[in-house]
Amino acid sequence: MELKELIQQKLIENFPEVEFDYSEYRNELNIKFDKKFIKQVCTFLKDENDLQFLLCEDITAVDWAIRKNRFTVVYHIFSLKHNFRLALKADVDEADCNIDSVSSVWKTSDWQERECYDMYGIKFNNHPDLRRIYMPEEFEYFPLRKDFPLLGIPGSLPLPKK
Amino acid sequence: MDRLTKDDVHPKILQRLLEDSDITIEDALENEMILNMGPQHPATHGVLRLLLRLDGETVIGCVPDVGYLHRGYEKMAENMSYYEYIPHTDRLDYISPTANNVAWVLAVEKLAGIEVPIRAQYIRMMIAELARIASHLVAIGSFAMDVGALTVFLWTLREREKIMDIWDILCGARFTNSYTRIGGVANDTPPESLKLVKKFIDEIDDNLSECESLLNTNRIFIERLDGIGVISKEDALSYGFTGPNLRASGVEFDLRRATPYLQYDKIDFKIPTYKEGDCLARYFVRADEVRESAKIIKQVLQLMPQGEIKANLPKQVLPGKTEVYSKMEELIHDFMIVNFGINPPAGEIYSAVENSKGELGFYLVSKGEGHPWKCKIRSPSFIHIQALPHLVKGHMVSDVVAIIGSIDPIMGEADK
Amino acid sequence: MGLEEKLNGDGFIVTQIESIIQWARKNSVYPMPMGISCCAIEMMASADPKYDIARFGSEVMRFTPRQCDLMIVAGTVTYKMSHVVKKIYDQMPDPKWVIAMGACTSTGGMYRSYSVVQGIDQFLPVDVYVAGCPPRPDNLLNALIQIQDKIGRTRAKDFKNLKLPELNVIQNN
Repeated sequence: MELKELIQQKLIENFPEVEFDYSEYRNELNIKFDKKFIKQVCTFLKDENDLQFLLCEDITAVDWAIRKNRFTVVYHIFSLKHNFRLALKADVDEADCNIDSVSSVWKTSDWQERECYDMYGIKFNNHPDLRRIYMPEEFEYFPLRKDFPLLGIPGSLPLPKK
Repeated sequence: MDRLTKDDVHPKILQRLLEDSDITIEDALENEMILNMGPQHPATHGVLRLLLRLDGETVIGCVPDVGYLHRGYEKMAENMSYYEYIPHTDRLDYISPTANNVAWVLAVEKLAGIEVPIRAQYIRMMIAELARIASHLVAIGSFAMDVGALTVFLWTLREREKIMDIWDILCGARFTNSYTRIGGVANDTPPESLKLVKKFIDEIDDNLSECESLLNTNRIFIERLDGIGVISKEDALSYGFTGPNLRASGVEFDLRRATPYLQYDKIDFKIPTYKEGDCLARYFVRADEVRESAKIIKQVLQLMPQGEIKANLPKQVLPGKTEVYSKMEELIHDFMIVNFGINPPAGEIYSAVENSKGELGFYLVSKGEGHPWKCKIRSPSFIHIQALPHLVKGHMVSDVVAIIGSIDPIMGEADK
Repeated sequence: MGLEEKLNGDGFIVTQIESIIQWARKNSVYPMPMGISCCAIEMMASADPKYDIARFGSEVMRFTPRQCDLMIVAGTVTYKMSHVVKKIYDQMPDPKWVIAMGACTSTGGMYRSYSVVQGIDQFLPVDVYVAGCPPRPDNLLNALIQIQDKIGRTRAKDFKNLKLPELNVIQNN
């Protein structure tokens, strides 16, 4: 489709040093690249006049449970001008578990990144207020990681006395 | 405003105050205090905790605290099959349960590449729009109750009982009815249910006008809501608003038009949009949307064709009970699907639906097994609560209740 | 009219004080709705014109615990929320009763996960469990009637010479 080629062309023009990995599944475009450039690419996609990806729908992470590049952070952004949805992906390793925050680009990514931190333990650099959001503050584990059991760890959450 | 200083206070009072060694005189005289609008409060929006920093009665800061209803939905999805998860999706936005069912099965069908027959698509549209009407009725009713008009709540609940009667006959359960199945819907519509639907949408316009006659020209209602909680177009998009909250700020964006799903491209309906972006605009958008949904259901009833209600894919769609009990292949397929799941091909999709609160999205990652590898629920209420500190700044404490009511969060969805 | 005829014109009733108190107490139960999630909607529906809860005397759903005797816990209780529920239960004055509405409060329901308390009787004494997910409003009214029967059986000697923790034990029977 024309729009997909337009996006690819603009990205190659403006970021020559970045290696983009395009894939399509069920008519959706996914772009994968290095996590160092996430903030520049997102700012470009939002501010560019032809594209205008103004709505950031979703930020989440996938835990692949493999040794190298254990997590992938996924961003779903939507352009109202073209009614088109794009998925951006960046791999995060467990040893170097942090990525730049895009909360200065879209204000909605504030809480979405907090949720990602709470569930997976991925730290976001330059985030205004990175703390847990669903679990209580004293909780020590990260629930959505694959090594955390579904029934929880007994004693990790306190209960009031009868 | 003038601040009290040490010289304004009588020395005896000073002495009593300073006896308590925890506070200093500066703390006691400063007018700021922190108020906890706790997880249990009368506004029926669930367990949302707000910490407000007040200067007298004006709010100067607000920190929402969510997570009191976090039930572990995403982790549970990784351990159960796609069919088993349908009742769980009912309880996400529990005021409009059938709309969530439709959203989930659309996502799974997109992942697995299943085509649904046309009649089933029309039935799904009908129940999704009924769920939207039910949700907006509760939203208007509890919003009016928070602001002070108690009668409207009982009248809108009376209307909602009629929808629950429809669901009772159609789906078998009044509430949290898991009506949709992967590949279609659970059972065909009995004729009396369609008659009830027609009777309901013929009357909804007059009944809604009756409720509105108490509110639309009511001076107290309008003065309490006009100009409160204003959010501009750019801020609304930046905060990720979707649904009626975004349309009340001037952006004409509806997923049923932007990325049509089911058969919405064949139906003619308007998208109500207002420019002001305050609480009153959000109320008007919801009231107009009820009427638009009634129009959509009328057209759906006219256009609904006869036909199958479940797709004919034996390896992925559960067969009907009569076939399971009488034929061999269907029995084997039933056994395989229930025990091992539908096994969609490996891949990942994001599928979003225009729910009554906003955009409900499911991000599913499959590795070819019977259960998803990852399921993320993009819930609109979670995103909207994030904007509360921006909205309540500068208003009074009583306006906080009105603003929460107009944003209309549901904690079952926000906390997942 | 009706009442004066029954009193035979004398103007005296002979009964026990206990019976009067039981009758008054059970017909004016003030519920405190601890509405947390989906069951709260069915609890609201039991207060609407179709399944009137006002005819049982319980229309006054005060949200402050200081004025109520019955706590209806409706909705899934998570570990984070359990401290709040216990705090509010402690703020209710004696004598008090608890209805555990729905499957989630009885045994954890369909949520067998890391953050849901598997049954509120782990930290609260419960009098009536209501099954259903969510229970129909008729079901909740049935539970209310059973609580009224239970209140009708409390005697004065239950409350005599007892310290506060023991009161909780008597109300469990």
